[in-house]
Amino acid sequence: MLELTPDRRLTGGIRLLAHKARSTAQPILRGLVPPELVIGLNQHAGTSAVPIVEVGQRVAKGEPIALPGPGISAGAHASSSGRVRAIEERLIPTGTRLRNALCVVIETDGEDLPYRGATASTWPSDRAAQLDLVRRAGIAGLGGAAFPTATKLESVAGRCRALIVNGAECEPYISCDDMLMREFPEEIVLGVIRMADLVDAPLVIIAIERDKPQAIDAIRRAALAIGDPRLRLAELPTIYPAGGERQLIELLTGEEVPSGTYPNAIGYVCQNVGTAYALQRLASTGEPVTSRIVTVTGLGVAEPRNVEAPIGTPIGWLIEQCGGYRDDVVRLIHGGSMMGYALPSDALPITKATSCIVAAAEEEIRVDFDEWACIRCGECAAVCPARLQPQELVVAATARDFDGLEALGLDDCIECGCCDVVCPSHIVLTERFRSAKRAFAQHMRRQALSAEAEARHKRRERRLEAAAEDTRAAQAALKAQLRADEAERRRAIEAAVERAKRRKRGNIEP
Amino acid sequence: MLTAVTLLTGLSLALASALIAASRLLPGRDDDAVAQVERALPRIQCAQCGFPGCRPYAEAIVAGRADINRCPPGGDSTIRALAEMLGRDPRPLDPSLGGASMDRVARIDEALCIGCNLCARACPVDAIVGIPQTMHTVLARYCTGCELCLPPCPVDCIELVPRHA
Repeated sequence: MLELTPDRRLTGGIRLLAHKARSTAQPILRGLVPPELVIGLNQHAGTSAVPIVEVGQRVAKGEPIALPGPGISAGAHASSSGRVRAIEERLIPTGTRLRNALCVVIETDGEDLPYRGATASTWPSDRAAQLDLVRRAGIAGLGGAAFPTATKLESVAGRCRALIVNGAECEPYISCDDMLMREFPEEIVLGVIRMADLVDAPLVIIAIERDKPQAIDAIRRAALAIGDPRLRLAELPTIYPAGGERQLIELLTGEEVPSGTYPNAIGYVCQNVGTAYALQRLASTGEPVTSRIVTVTGLGVAEPRNVEAPIGTPIGWLIEQCGGYRDDVVRLIHGGSMMGYALPSDALPITKATSCIVAAAEEEIRVDFDEWACIRCGECAAVCPARLQPQELVVAATARDFDGLEALGLDDCIECGCCDVVCPSHIVLTERFRSAKRAFAQHMRRQALSAEAEARHKRRERRLEAAAEDTRAAQAALKAQLRADEAERRRAIEAAVERAKRRKRGNIEP
Repeated sequence: MLTAVTLLTGLSLALASALIAASRLLPGRDDDAVAQVERALPRIQCAQCGFPGCRPYAEAIVAGRADINRCPPGGDSTIRALAEMLGRDPRPLDPSLGGASMDRVARIDEALCIGCNLCARACPVDAIVGIPQTMHTVLARYCTGCELCLPPCPVDCIELVPRHA
């Protein structure tokens, strides 16, 4: 097996304290069954899955509770056995924000009985059937966006130049991929090979940051034992955000994913190691995605560790399984310290996008400094992995100058947060870019609505005008007809008068 | 020296008269201005400004007959765009006008609808469908939230609800 050591340097990026050692001291905690599950049916971009269970119905672990909706979607399954208590809208955390989504609420019975229904336990041989199985099994990108995996694989199948398996895990605090690689390297490598077969990839690169020697060793051993000639192992420099999809591709291949496109545009596809593990479980045992590894960490939790959490587990209950909160906890964060966001409540459930929950103590969170004026030092531009000019973007974002934002490439911002970290004036940059992206999307929607309204209004005016024209023409025709009839009548009268006159003169006609 | 003065004077006189002639003879740019102002408006024809549509309002703005703060659905961003375009001072939206917003859409309570068709005839963008005497419905995708369907409804069965993105 060829080992790659990329000699390219990441564009921008920063070195950060990892905060990972505390959560990797113990093995993954498994076999948890929470008393209640709240399973979101739309944990990702795209359309919601459609529920197929009813309130009151008994469900078994792994039983499908929702089928994929139209378009980009993934199915959902009961993560443990129990009874459906409600199907309702609830707030769930997704990759980048909280959102309201239809959820199936299950009251568990603690028995964790597996579903014995019609789940295919054999991995089909043709690609369409494989993709369909992946879609129905609810496999989604477990790196943090929960994007439906079947859609991603399908977008590159048959013209894939390389499958890139992301085990970089560059964000501070998160260690779920690290622990998974240490404990289940064979399953991961087998899953990776299945993915490579599915998309017909001639090359497979498993990329891991150098600060995870145990994971690298485990994956290396597993890969050597399996001995697939397509496999490559790449040790990455430990720098944030080397694990970003676009950054990883650039680091490994030197190619840049063009602005406004996804890696499939240049024949690459990235998959997280957790997703490969889920795929292998599906292929070998027929199990759909009912759980994921979640890092529960931060100084505010008593026993930080990684847990295999059933999808839908309430976050508060999960923290109790890790020794509960410590007194100095001040904030809950979904995701890592860079791209994560604060949670309003620990009653929210785990989703497929929940890689990490940080129960942060006072000393871990960013102090709210006053913002000072920008001193044009350019540090933010130097660390920006997307080669943007954050100092100019922030001016345009504040002014809601949409043309300027577009020209400056707001859309290319990956919201990694590097600019915030280095800004000596403590200017809040990434959050403004996020909100500007939302405003920009709304602006574009409005523009589209305006253009559509204008076109429809014009068509309506033309139609009304044409109808009025028709009416005028019909009226004119009617008038002409009436006039013609009148003339005809007059002629008839005149003719009759004429005949009468002739009769009077004695020229009697029949 | 004399040649230079004559040449330059002659040149400037000739060019000036050419410019004056052009500005007199060529068609004015008011139409352009109206079109530009209209493009800055939301063009949903809600008539909340007091003019019968976006085009008439744009004409009134260009002619100086109307202020730039009379477009409720456009809101602050439209006022800012107009202020910048016309070199006028931005000012808050006229509060005496309605609250039409493009973030909402009309919804017909189908149980109450009597099929009178008056709303469909009032809709400036043909976003209401239904034949007389039968239930009508709003095509949310095309509805602009202009509220023009509300006044004609004899049974008050239309309400505005948030638009789902």
